[in-house]
Amino acid sequence: MDTGRPTLSRGRTVATVIVPVAFLALFFAFPLAAILKRGLTSGGGLSLPAGTSQLLWFTTWQAAASTVLTLATGLPLAWTIGRFRFRGRSLARALVLVPFVLPTVVVATAFLALLPDGYDRGIWAILAAHVFFNVAVVTRIVGGAWATIDPHSAEAAAVLGAGPLRRAREVTLPQLAPALSAAAALTFLFCFTSFGVILILGGPGRATVETEIYNQAARLFDLHAAAMLSLLQLGAVAVVLAVTSILEARAGGAGTLAAEDDVLRRPIGWERVAVVAVLGVGALVLVLPLALLIGQARGSWGALFQETPALLVEPWQAAVFSLAFAGVAAAIALTVGGLAAIALARRPPGVIDGLVLLPLGASAVMLGFGFLIAFDQPPIDFRSSWWLVPVAQSLVAAPFVVRIVTPALRSIDPRLREVAATLGASPSRSWREIDVPLVGRAFAVAAGFAFAIALGEFGATVFVARAEQPTLPVAIFRFLGRPGAENQGIAAALAVVLAGLAACAALAAERVADGRGRTL
Amino acid sequence: MWHKLGSALLVAAAVSAAACGGSGGDSKEVVLVTHDSFAIPAQVKAAFEQESGLKLTILQGGDAGETVNRALLTKGNPQGDVLFGIDNNLLSRALDAGLFEPYAPAGLDRVDARYRLDQANRVTPVDHADVCLDIDKGWFGSHGIAPPTDLADLTQPRYRKLLVVENPATSTPGLAFLLATVARFGPNGWQSYWRGLRANDMLVVDGWNEAYTARFSGAAGSKGNRPIVVSYGTDPAAEVMFSKKHLTATPIAIVPGSCFRQVELAGVLKGAKNVEGAHALIDFMLSRRFQAAMPESMFVLPVRNGTPLPDAFRRYAVSPAQPLELPAAEIGRNRDRWIDQWTQAVLR
Repeated sequence: MDTGRPTLSRGRTVATVIVPVAFLALFFAFPLAAILKRGLTSGGGLSLPAGTSQLLWFTTWQAAASTVLTLATGLPLAWTIGRFRFRGRSLARALVLVPFVLPTVVVATAFLALLPDGYDRGIWAILAAHVFFNVAVVTRIVGGAWATIDPHSAEAAAVLGAGPLRRAREVTLPQLAPALSAAAALTFLFCFTSFGVILILGGPGRATVETEIYNQAARLFDLHAAAMLSLLQLGAVAVVLAVTSILEARAGGAGTLAAEDDVLRRPIGWERVAVVAVLGVGALVLVLPLALLIGQARGSWGALFQETPALLVEPWQAAVFSLAFAGVAAAIALTVGGLAAIALARRPPGVIDGLVLLPLGASAVMLGFGFLIAFDQPPIDFRSSWWLVPVAQSLVAAPFVVRIVTPALRSIDPRLREVAATLGASPSRSWREIDVPLVGRAFAVAAGFAFAIALGEFGATVFVARAEQPTLPVAIFRFLGRPGAENQGIAAALAVVLAGLAACAALAAERVADGRGRTL
Repeated sequence: MWHKLGSALLVAAAVSAAACGGSGGDSKEVVLVTHDSFAIPAQVKAAFEQESGLKLTILQGGDAGETVNRALLTKGNPQGDVLFGIDNNLLSRALDAGLFEPYAPAGLDRVDARYRLDQANRVTPVDHADVCLDIDKGWFGSHGIAPPTDLADLTQPRYRKLLVVENPATSTPGLAFLLATVARFGPNGWQSYWRGLRANDMLVVDGWNEAYTARFSGAAGSKGNRPIVVSYGTDPAAEVMFSKKHLTATPIAIVPGSCFRQVELAGVLKGAKNVEGAHALIDFMLSRRFQAAMPESMFVLPVRNGTPLPDAFRRYAVSPAQPLELPAAEIGRNRDRWIDQWTQAVLR
């Protein structure tokens, strides 16, 4: 049935590069350049605001500490999910995404309610919240990679007399290195540019570069200071990304991919205890804030289906808008990110791999301001268009897709394709029958992430969302901002709905991935 | 519920199609730029659209200060036609920048002179609310402590660890309360008052939401343990109106003499695409229908004389005839300096 069209003809090769580059240029570089130019030309030269070095120091060390703690928390979960088959594994993989998509304002408020007065401020609260949010990144990325490491090499090493530590160091770790590095870089990036957590849990006077950019731009309207700090943050993020991607490339040697079905096995002996313990602790940490939300939502479920003065639509309809926007955003992110990944995978790992994450280093408020002044003239007068919502969400989601899909594409053994070609398969057939099944899992993970990120995105959405089409995070924020038990109850109920939808989306992605696995 | 789901999807599709069809420059549309706290009941919006033949599009994001800054950013080619939500604390910034076109709406004669802050009519008063100290009546009752009756009481040892306030650098009510203390204790006395509050272990948080819903003990469902908070004079009414159970009395009282008046205003943005629509919208904002809907949707009080109030507001909302006040021009001149001085005195 295949007509033998070459999949990666020259034209298509160009398309895999041009589409993502054009998308980034139009929706990222252009608006950001516009607002930076406005700020830098408003006087003040190239001076940074006073106190910047302290700001940068605090931002960096809290991000580093958060990353270390998140890795320490996430690796046991990644090991559990990446090595073993147990009942509820898909559910566990899906649930771990839930904290990641909950709006920071909801989680931070839940954290505040859980901790007694006086013990809730400052650095420990920030670190704990960062771990809570980002443990999904480590669990999903490292766990996903773990599940594709061919167990035969470790078995071979065991036969040759390598002990468990040596096997971990010399066989498993090198194969996990790209995923570890990707997860660490993402976590660091998220904590470095953390916004809501610092604002709510940090207490007055504690600032990171990101919160200070917001403070300067949105509150004080000092666009010069905001632009200088934005450049500083972009530069710092670029350095971190370049360094980690070079390290990652050096770690290289990802080995061959195996299908998950061959890797997963039932835990035996002490492993059973460890798996139960890890999952139990994970469930407890996840369930506590959620239980609090469910408790607050009690009695407010009916109100989701009634008109409210707070919104132009009934509250539950925000879920419909959220799903629709997130669906479009995930589609954009998968298209743009997927094409970029295909283009990247043809090159050896290098600095560009890291730099695709650079959009995450831009401040949401500056990008939002950039949209306002860059897209204000025909033919690109779209600052009030509905589709800016999914576009803004996909800017945050697409880098994840690239980061998750590229390593999977790269680690396909080229000999498989050569063999297929020798046996007469066209390039597109070998793409469909070799690449797609092998990276299908990575695509499904990426789709789940992209959808969940879009579902929970707030910082950019709130700038471009229209009142008639509120998303769930926007609606939650509106209700939280109103006094009265009923409003707080509706906010909690909507947060539970958001958590539920994210879990369902992740579960659905699991199902698709499993289905693909079986076609292998 | 399924037909509702269907209709919502249809609405979403229709809105998308309409938005795809043509956005911007459509004179049949009037665009309102406003802050996060803006809310309008769907029927009231529909009434405006039917009467005027215009589609009302609402763009909101950020608090009042951010909304004004977005308008400053897009000055000359604004995002919308009307800006609503600028208050007396921010007014000078917008007027100095020449953000608005003058317009004297129908119904202005029904608005009390004390709310009309710009004689040139570049802005129109729409609502007012007072930032006050709220008290958890139940807490003071069960602890057998007499609640404070004046701002000056709060530095006394028996009110130690009881107050939570918002940072004026990051919060609108926080800024209003700072201005209240300037108005009450004078330009030379307010800093030492705040040092007294600091010594008495007040808690400073960044925003209203944390202060009121998480720290203040009087909000329904709150686990907070501080019975005094900087919030609004309409809270006693809101807690009754939006309680889950029927309440026969309000759980919240207001410290007398602690209130600072905030007036919210609307103006036609210079460069508006639909100036006539903007005029119609501002007229509508002063209409009886919109004014009567505001208390329930935004927890603010109408400025139009003779507007009927919802029962809970008539009985419980507090709006003193003689609140603390400062001239808008004086606020404009000193705001940033006062915030810096406050930060030095309270946070450093």
